[in-house]
Parts: sequence; structure tokens; C-alpha cells
Amino acid sequence: MEVRKGLLYSKEHEWVQEINDSVVRVGITAYAQDQLGDIVYIELPAINAEVGKGDPFTVVESVKAASDVFSPVSGTIMAVNETLEDSPELINESPYDEGWIIEVKCDDLDLSDLMTAEEYALYVEEV
Amino acid sequence: MAAKTPLYDKHLSLSAKMVEFAGFLMPLQYTGIAAEHQTVRSRVGIFDLTHMGEILVSGPKAEEFLNYVTTNDVSKLISGAIQYSFLTNEAGGVIDDILIYRVPEGFYLVVNAANTAKDYQWLLSKAPGGVTVQDLSQSTALIAIQGPNALPVTEKALEAELAQLDYYHFRDLPYHGEQIRVSRTGYTGEDGFEVYLSPQLAPRLWDELIAVGLPYGIQPVGLGARDTLRLEMRMPLYGNELTEEESPLAAGLDRFVVFDKGDFIGRTALMEQETAGISLKLVGFVLRAKGIPRHGYNIIQGGRIIGRVTSGTMSPSLQKGIGLGYVDSAHAKAGSIIEIEIRRQRVPAEIIKGRFVTKK
Repeated sequence: MEVRKGLLYSKEHEWVQEINDSVVRVGITAYAQDQLGDIVYIELPAINAEVGKGDPFTVVESVKAASDVFSPVSGTIMAVNETLEDSPELINESPYDEGWIIEVKCDDLDLSDLMTAEEYALYVEEV
Repeated sequence: MAAKTPLYDKHLSLSAKMVEFAGFLMPLQYTGIAAEHQTVRSRVGIFDLTHMGEILVSGPKAEEFLNYVTTNDVSKLISGAIQYSFLTNEAGGVIDDILIYRVPEGFYLVVNAANTAKDYQWLLSKAPGGVTVQDLSQSTALIAIQGPNALPVTEKALEAELAQLDYYHFRDLPYHGEQIRVSRTGYTGEDGFEVYLSPQLAPRLWDELIAVGLPYGIQPVGLGARDTLRLEMRMPLYGNELTEEESPLAAGLDRFVVFDKGDFIGRTALMEQETAGISLKLVGFVLRAKGIPRHGYNIIQGGRIIGRVTSGTMSPSLQKGIGLGYVDSAHAKAGSIIEIEIRRQRVPAEIIKGRFVTKK
């Protein structure tokens, strides 16, 4: 499973990409989509909704089950990937690129507790 | 410790995602549920179903006994044929849904994996003298071949003519020095076979099926697709639609309950239900908007909870959310619009009659 270099990772298997000094893009990792299996539905959050660090902000559903996705940061949702509404399988096919889920303007951009790609790769091996 | 089937190593080498189910380590999926589902609908899939239980009931009073502990009429079951039936408790609740094969040595019962021990104990406790009950599950492997190409693949692997074997019938055949049992049954709505054989021979048959099946597009299929395949065909699942709290009548399966065959366990309670009318009824529904119903979600009508979802999924064939659930029978009419409470939202759905996917 690919762990993309240059991204930061949460223990709940979300990735975070810094877009600029206050906005991050968030998705789920290749490992997470593989664990979920074929994703057939996503309940996208609303733009301008507030998210809190560690809170569920969306639900992805595979054929088998519904799973919460937790926000790795606190802030305001600036953008959602609306393509996923009709093509949720992009999360399986391209978890780090076309399968991104939301962009968040962070209240306070503190990503210090997230893992680096190297740390996350080790973390996944131990799960 | 979860048990491994004789095909465990095959699953690992096929990179299956394994899960514990009914005390067995079973393949949930290999390549993906949607692709495996499609394989069975359009070509042919093979399944390891060794977790299922097999119980032999024999002896001079076996038929009389089985007719007393099951709801269908065992006396109507002819040699070589198979009957779908229920073990019911005194209250008419379903202990298990089973298949009964009339075999030369007596009656061969195929039961749900999670219920094998319970069924065996129940049968033992009810069996009078002249009836022997044996649990054969440990010495029996089960491989299913399902899909439009199941016939040529199974015929080639077993070197047998099977076109004349009717649905819900079986035959015992020689295979590599052993007698194995082949039935035209399944849980997918497609043509197909289920093969009972020793654990020792199971890996060999698995390999031979895959080898002869390659030109027919054969793929292994896990429990994930087994569930979506059965649900599209509206087949009930024990633990979801069928429980000790619900009767076969509530599940709409009255054609497998034969009242005029004489007394059987649960008959009085079921007769009362039949006379008084049942309060809950199992319905199938299709979502009219996006979303996926899941086990346990509320079913709403007119702002009131009228029932609960027992099974739900995204139908790979229809690309829509489908489900089954029990509702107050007053609201069970086909064509009625209901709502499924999915997290905070209420998603409209239509109650439909019959299977979600129709086959020719």
C-alpha cells in the first residue's frame, strides 16, 4: 500500500496535505481504502461547516459497512470534492489525488502530532 | 481460536481478506465485493462454505422425528430430493433455516454455521429412541460453484453429466476414490452446485475447479459477495431476517410451513398467528435517493417508527440501496413509500414485491 511522501498522517488513517499556511487538504490513506473495500457511497459535509479535531466529518460506505472519517484538524470546511458524490470509487482508485475529500481552513495550523510518511508506514505495519 | 477450513492456505495465497465468522476464519473478499458479485451474475464463482454444518439424522423413526421438529412436510420429500425447512421452537420462532436431503442412510441436514452446535443439541434433546443424530461437520468440506457457467465447469471438474440434475436435487458421485455429494442448490439466485466432500479432498477439487474454470472466467468469491448476492434475490439470512423471535410466517415464508401434516413443534403458536394475523411482516424496499440502509436502522412512515431494517446494502446490480426489514403489517403493502432513517436523514424508499433483481 502506498504511503505518499510529503503528506502527514493521523492514527485514524487520514492524510493531510498543506495547501498554504492555513489550508489543508484531507483524505483517507491507501491502507484505509483497502481495509474498507469497494467504496460505494460518501456522505459529504457542507461547505462552511465547522469541524473539530478528532470529530467525524463524513461517512464513507463500502458494500459491507459504514465508517466514520475523523478530522485530523480543527477549522472550517472550505471545499469538498463533489466529484465523489457520483464517483465514490475514486477514493479506492486514487486515494491521494482524485479521491481527496475536504479542504479545511485551520483555526490554528498545528500539525505537530501527526505522523510523517515514514512514521505512518511503520505504524501501518504494526496494526 | 477460530478454526481454519481445509482451503485456508488457498485463501491466503489468493490474498483474501480473512474474517472470523461463526468460529471460522473465512474469506470476506479476494479482489473486491463488487467484482466478485459480478463474476457470479455473469460467469462463475467458487465459494468455500466449509463453515456450514452437516447433521445426519437416521434410524427407523428418523422421518417421523424430523416431521415433528421441522415445519415442512418431510413425508413429501422423495429420494434424491432436497427440501428447505425450518426448525422452530414452541413459540414458532426460527431456531434455524435448513436444507434436508433424503439420502440412502437417512436425512442429511445442512445448517447455518453459527447454529450447528445449537441445532445438534436441540435435535439430540428431542430425539426419541430409534433416532440417531450425528454431527458430520468436522469431517465435511463444502465448495459451491455458482453462476451461469457453473454447469460446464462442475461437469468437467467432476467428470460427470449434471445437466439432468434438477434444482433442489442431489447425486452421490465417485471422486478420486471417495463418494462425494453434489446438489443443485445455492444462495445466489444463479444456477449452481454445492459439493460436499472430505476435508482431505477439498483442496484438490478447489484447484481442479479453478483449472477447468479459467476459460469460463471462474473467480473465488468471499462471504461479502455471498451476502449481496443473496440479498438481491431476497433470500433471508439467519440472524438478520430469521431469528428465534420471528416466525417463518412473519418472514413471508409460509409455503414452507405445512399445517396439515400433523403435529410439530411450534404448530400451535404458528396456527394462532395464522388465525389472528401477524403483527410484523418482512418487506423488501428500494431507496429512491442516495444512501445505504443497514441492519438496525429505523423504518419510518408518517413520522412514526413502523419497523426496523434487518439487512441492507448497495445492490451491485441495481446500483441502488436495497434492504429488508420488519414493519407493522398494516404498512407492508407493495408500492407504499416509507423512509429509512440513515444517521440524521430520512431517505425515501418504496416497498417492493418479490426479488430485487430478476433472472431469466
